[in-house]
Amino acid sequence: MASAIRVEHISKLYRIGALQTQEYQTLRDTLARTALAPVRRIAQLFGGSTSASPSTEDHWALEDVSFEVQPGEVVGIVGRNGAGKSTLLKILTGITEPTSGRVHLRGRVGSLLEVGTGFHPELTGRENIFLNGAILGMTRDEIRRKFDEIVAFAEIDRFLDTPVKRYSSGMHIRLGFAVAAHLNPEILLVDEVLAVGDAAFQKKCLGKMDEVSHTGRTILFVSHNMAAVKSLCTRGVLLDAGHVACEGSIDEVVDKYLLAGSDMSVTGCIPDDAPRVGTGTARFRSVKLTGDAGKALTELYFGQRLRVTFVCEIFNDIPDAHLEVSVSALDGTHVVCSMSSDGGQAPLPLKAGLETVTVDLDVELLPRQYSIDLAVHHEDGRTIDLVQRTLDFTVMKVAQNSANSFRWTRARGYITPPAEWHLHQSGRRLSHQTGQLCARS
Amino acid sequence: MALQGIRILEARPGWHFIGFKDIWRYRELLYFLTWRDIKVRYKQTVLGAAWAILQPIATVLAFSLFFGRVAANPHAAVPYPLFVLCGILPWTFFAGAVSSASQSVIGNQGLVTKIYFPRLIIPMGAIAACLVDFAIALALLLATMVYYSVAPAATILFVPVLLVALLALAIGVGTLLAALTVEYRDFRYVIAFMLQIWMFATPAIYLQAEVGLDPRWRTILVNPLNGLIENFRLAVLGGSLDTSTLAASSISSALLFVVGCLYFRRVERKFADVI
Repeated sequence: MASAIRVEHISKLYRIGALQTQEYQTLRDTLARTALAPVRRIAQLFGGSTSASPSTEDHWALEDVSFEVQPGEVVGIVGRNGAGKSTLLKILTGITEPTSGRVHLRGRVGSLLEVGTGFHPELTGRENIFLNGAILGMTRDEIRRKFDEIVAFAEIDRFLDTPVKRYSSGMHIRLGFAVAAHLNPEILLVDEVLAVGDAAFQKKCLGKMDEVSHTGRTILFVSHNMAAVKSLCTRGVLLDAGHVACEGSIDEVVDKYLLAGSDMSVTGCIPDDAPRVGTGTARFRSVKLTGDAGKALTELYFGQRLRVTFVCEIFNDIPDAHLEVSVSALDGTHVVCSMSSDGGQAPLPLKAGLETVTVDLDVELLPRQYSIDLAVHHEDGRTIDLVQRTLDFTVMKVAQNSANSFRWTRARGYITPPAEWHLHQSGRRLSHQTGQLCARS
Repeated sequence: MALQGIRILEARPGWHFIGFKDIWRYRELLYFLTWRDIKVRYKQTVLGAAWAILQPIATVLAFSLFFGRVAANPHAAVPYPLFVLCGILPWTFFAGAVSSASQSVIGNQGLVTKIYFPRLIIPMGAIAACLVDFAIALALLLATMVYYSVAPAATILFVPVLLVALLALAIGVGTLLAALTVEYRDFRYVIAFMLQIWMFATPAIYLQAEVGLDPRWRTILVNPLNGLIENFRLAVLGGSLDTSTLAASSISSALLFVVGCLYFRRVERKFADVI
């Protein structure tokens, strides 16, 4: 079968110099450059130097990217910010041209790069449905036929004749997604639409996307939401700095993405001038969070064990150290705290020099963002060094084995404890265990 | 409406033909953009579309008061207000079309960077919206003719031809300026000024021919708009068309149309990156 999308050696060059200064090209510059061009050419002839103007710098947003998508496949494009995902989508939609390479598309293409593109604030909801529909490529008849469905999905029937400028941002987004969701292309390109809206609406959008993906349409889905990518897509492409770093099953690609991120972006170094408290006899130098594989991470699967490794520089011997590792939610709530002396253990003698400490925290954190705080104290309670928010990390909703993923839109609390559930009803007894005991198995 | 069959995307530098086929495929979008511009223009105004008539009336009054003495020929058969109206209407259309078309692409940044469609649709939609105002204003012209009991002559059949030429000129100049404005924001400031000069350089709007033009200024008549407006008036009010200026204006309008659209097509591939 012929592929729906065939990307052949696509590259895209941007000149960042021009972008960074944010200065529009002015006519004066162009005229000056044109006037000076012959002079420069002559200078080059004699000088031999052909360096371009120093203010501009070439940046390859994409370099030699190739992949294919078969009809009916749902493919997730993942990668860090700046990896070239959006540029790729812009090229696939025809908004911008590749600098080199080519793309073959088979079938009607619809794109959803931003929710509510082309909404006009002065027009009413009803008028905007028609306008937005036309912009996305629907015909008037098509929109008319789907009008009621769109209104119902967006839940805005009471405000149909109100100008969109008076809509709440939530209504705005709902209406935008509703129109786009009723688009009927053979190839659908979606960028990060689920990053907006409240949890309930995100769920609704995901549901709709899931529904669409089962109708045999080809979908290319760009997102940072790994849970959404994992649940929607069958295959994935990992982009890294404009190259295809990995292509394959979605599980494989997501795993690679989560591991790859750590190596480059997360140093976990604690600078000297970080806000610290303490006598200063010792200083924390770096911290990292590792999974079972031993690689540094900032995103953990739900249910994954926390292993914190930190390096502490000790300037003078400390005979009575109590080391402390704690995890806080980003609002500052202390969630768990472990001290080296917990359970009546003796204080640790620390020798001058660098000490590397590894702590395994057997705790099942609920999906949200956390950070790690480090401290070291004397026996008498005096603090030697204390640094808060040394490293931020996220516990994702998705578990290593996706059957154990977190199912709800929002977590209540921070920890889920191992628990045993017993139901005592007349005539039968039901028992089961939950929490780590179960998720780890 | 989106694209059927196989589509190939790759770098396509250089000159391209206007792509009427593509535009035709997206005609509904053209319709909706026009409709949006019209709807939005008179939202939250008390008088609404009446502005399409009030604006030319105000200009005609001003011209009659200030220029009436100087520019009008007391022996002319046509009363000066009617004379001026015949010039003001096509001018108002032209000036409005050029200025809104030139701002249209940067005004629709959100669309340009997020959706693919033939970019020419944007300035064309802006111009089409002005065309609607022009149609309303033409009714005003008819009413004024009734008021002065001036009967239209058979030459009125030429009006559609002149309108096509005028439209071509507006599209040519509008798209050229729209494309230039995307890359060089300088043009935002140039346009208002340019239109002002252009108006005075179009004596057909306000100067009754019999008054005569200083021969040193005759070269001004190279301006294609002058011939179009002159002939528009002749066609409406009756009189033999000035075929030589008509031919010259039509040819230069067609040329500007082609140059404007082709330049636009040449640079449109960079719009999403530069805008």
